Amino acid sequence: MTAVAAVAFTPQSYKSDVKPVWCPGCGDFSVLSAVTKALAKLELPPEQVAVVSGIGCSSRMPAYTNCYGFHGVHGRALPAATGLKVARPDLTVIAAGGDGDGYSIGGNHFLHACRRNVDMVYIVMDNRVYGMTKGQPSPTTEPDWDSKLSPHGTGLREFYPLVIALASGANFIARAFAGDPNGCAELIGQAIRTPGFSFIEVLSPCVTFRPEQRDWKAMAHPAAVTPTDDPARAARRLMTDDGFNIGVLYAGSRSPYRPQQAPRVKPAELEKEFAL
Amino acid sequence: MNTATSKTAGGATSVSLALAGSGGAGVMTAGNMLLEAAAQAGYFGLMTRTSGPQIRGGEAAAMLRIATYAVEGPDDRFDALLAVDWQNIARFSAEIPLDAQSLLIGDPAQGAAPEALLERGAQSVPLALKALAKSIKGGWPNMVALGLLAGFAGIPDDAVIAAIRKSMKKGGDALAASIAAAQLGMAEAQRLPHRMPLAPPQGRRSGRWLVTGNQAAGYGAIRGGIRFVAAYPITPATELLEWMAPALTRVGGTLVQAEDELASINMILGASYGGAPSLTATSGPGLSLMSEALGLGVAAELPLVVVDVMRTGPSTGIATKTEQSDVNIALYGMHGDAPHIVVAPNSIGDCVRATQWAVTLAESLQTPAIVLSDQSFGQARAVIERPADLAFTGRRKLADANTKDYKRYALTESGVSPMAIPGTPGVTYTADGLEHSERGTPSSQASDHLAQLDKRQRKLASIDYGDYWADVEGDGELAVITFGSCTGPVREAFARARADGLTARLVSLRLLSPVQPEKLAKALAGVKRALVIEQNHSAQFLRYLRAEYDIAPKLTSFHRPGPLPFRPEEIRHRLIDWSRL
Repeated sequence: MTAVAAVAFTPQSYKSDVKPVWCPGCGDFSVLSAVTKALAKLELPPEQVAVVSGIGCSSRMPAYTNCYGFHGVHGRALPAATGLKVARPDLTVIAAGGDGDGYSIGGNHFLHACRRNVDMVYIVMDNRVYGMTKGQPSPTTEPDWDSKLSPHGTGLREFYPLVIALASGANFIARAFAGDPNGCAELIGQAIRTPGFSFIEVLSPCVTFRPEQRDWKAMAHPAAVTPTDDPARAARRLMTDDGFNIGVLYAGSRSPYRPQQAPRVKPAELEKEFAL
Repeated sequence: MNTATSKTAGGATSVSLALAGSGGAGVMTAGNMLLEAAAQAGYFGLMTRTSGPQIRGGEAAAMLRIATYAVEGPDDRFDALLAVDWQNIARFSAEIPLDAQSLLIGDPAQGAAPEALLERGAQSVPLALKALAKSIKGGWPNMVALGLLAGFAGIPDDAVIAAIRKSMKKGGDALAASIAAAQLGMAEAQRLPHRMPLAPPQGRRSGRWLVTGNQAAGYGAIRGGIRFVAAYPITPATELLEWMAPALTRVGGTLVQAEDELASINMILGASYGGAPSLTATSGPGLSLMSEALGLGVAAELPLVVVDVMRTGPSTGIATKTEQSDVNIALYGMHGDAPHIVVAPNSIGDCVRATQWAVTLAESLQTPAIVLSDQSFGQARAVIERPADLAFTGRRKLADANTKDYKRYALTESGVSPMAIPGTPGVTYTADGLEHSERGTPSSQASDHLAQLDKRQRKLASIDYGDYWADVEGDGELAVITFGSCTGPVREAFARARADGLTARLVSLRLLSPVQPEKLAKALAGVKRALVIEQNHSAQFLRYLRAEYDIAPKLTSFHRPGPLPFRPEEIRHRLIDWSRL
């Protein structure tokens, strides 16, 4: 007998047998595929990975993986992922969700997760619409997009997630495109390997409520820049880009949040301070 | 024992003292030292605090009761109120009741004593506090006040000095000046119109604790196994968190300050999913924000503990003052059918055990537990006998690695199904707030919904809650049913009413959910009438009892809102009147 061969992980190792609720052609299929590709490449055992989400179409992802999954309440993927990672620093934690979940109802957590810089990856599948509730504008929807809930558009300026992430202290910021699952997988892999809070905005078309997003295929292009660790340069880049720049746009070196956890005393020791 | 004061030939058995002044006057510091001195001298005691709404510089009062026996609540009146100054102190007249036997001690240099405090005949005693303090280099009026009140209550000098030393560890000139100022106050006490020296202390002080309800709950949580806390500051729960932050670090745990209560509850859900026993502490407004995620804990069967240190509501209410008005939200605050655990400690010492129990129950039953404490426990500091250790056992039932055909939400007989912890190979699953099948896969099937609802309900009935579900005391055909911080004043009223020939049973319910109808029926066997006592405006506890139990005795309600504490005479009068109906 020769030495035991290392366990070979393939993208299939990370896929569950649960059938996605997504519409045919949804960008989220590619993102799911990219996640499994990235995990296989990093050879992470599925049980060492937790995929955490809130509510929405893309937030259905955890059950479609063979990893540990947490499908929580709307907008709260990041706090749940934070608690999990702080309590279990040994796990690889990936939070995932959509633009409504992450930027609207969960907006406050987004700011503070960037600030806190816990070592995890946050993937937002941005399709600029609420799909699960059948077509309402999200924070990233164009101001003039017509819908039943906001006839003639919201008239509100779009939310700039990457700029917000940078200003709030995220340590790694990238944009990916669901139409390029291999490129997306590469960015997810980089995000997992980078310590601290890594944020990836994935342009993930909604073919049902935003069929015009099929055109993104022609619009997405590799960022014609090298990654920077200078927040000022990154800010300028993010404020002026066309929204379709794909790649790592900022990679800092801020130390992740890592609380001390080694026990020093037995619990009974604590009551000494009360004793007379 | 129905006397205006508890002064007897052998000395007083209980003395109530208040020390008031504007912020910066150091009344809380002096109050804490006085309690410490009483503890050192072998007395029991309780200190509660009240303050105006200002962040700094507002008026505040330390209210102490020092006794030869363990006290669980305030007395009816105060023997002395010492005011370092008069700023807005009339505001406290309802909280610090004085009568013709009371002394109102104040500095004439600060002006005349407010009429509102003298209405019921208190004797005004002028005392040149500031001038006395000034006579000592570096002396402060609050230290003179400390000495004076200690002298009034007959607390020995050495205990006062020991208490000062304990809180001024730096020593030096400041310590010497404080001791000198306190000694001056003690000497001055001899000139008061009367004093209330305490009878000699009973028992040994060693083995006793000086602790707040918030510290006690925090310690109980750690003793129960809590190692992860996420929380957002809120009065009156903040001190629980501030105590836990360094304590957790020492035992290998972590506290994360979250960005809001939505984050705190979801963080502890995440940590609990990861296998760490987890807790948050909050008050009414925070609990309201947490309701949705508590439902996730029920549906995904994740153990967690929420300590609700109740304050007056609704909305912001009176943030610094007590009330038992979160019964409804704790029991019924979640949407859907969401069985969970609700436990209410009934003394400061019981905050240790009830919280520890809540952790054990949450972990072994895989569901959220709410601990209903309140401000009158949380922010009160007491000298108590060390709470007895209770053997609470029960841990999370875990799934083995590579269990064949693992089903996270398997329909077991007990309703509790083994939980896979991330990192365990071969049993991965997704915890979900969506209704699910036994495997955890989202399901909208009626059969899965019913089966999982039944399972989650069934597991709460799968264990014996033992004797700890309630404190049942006394006998007779009359009973009082109460819970939480009403219990102490009810016990004291019972003791007094015995002198009037009234005997009754006391049932102080600790386990509010799941309900224990058989146990309550047994506790009330032979009882003809029961008085339900609670501190809120709409009789939430009475309504709960009526809805959840078939109670044979005729129920009468005695309820009123906070923030004023229940006082023993108030309850005794009610008991007597009701018993004669």
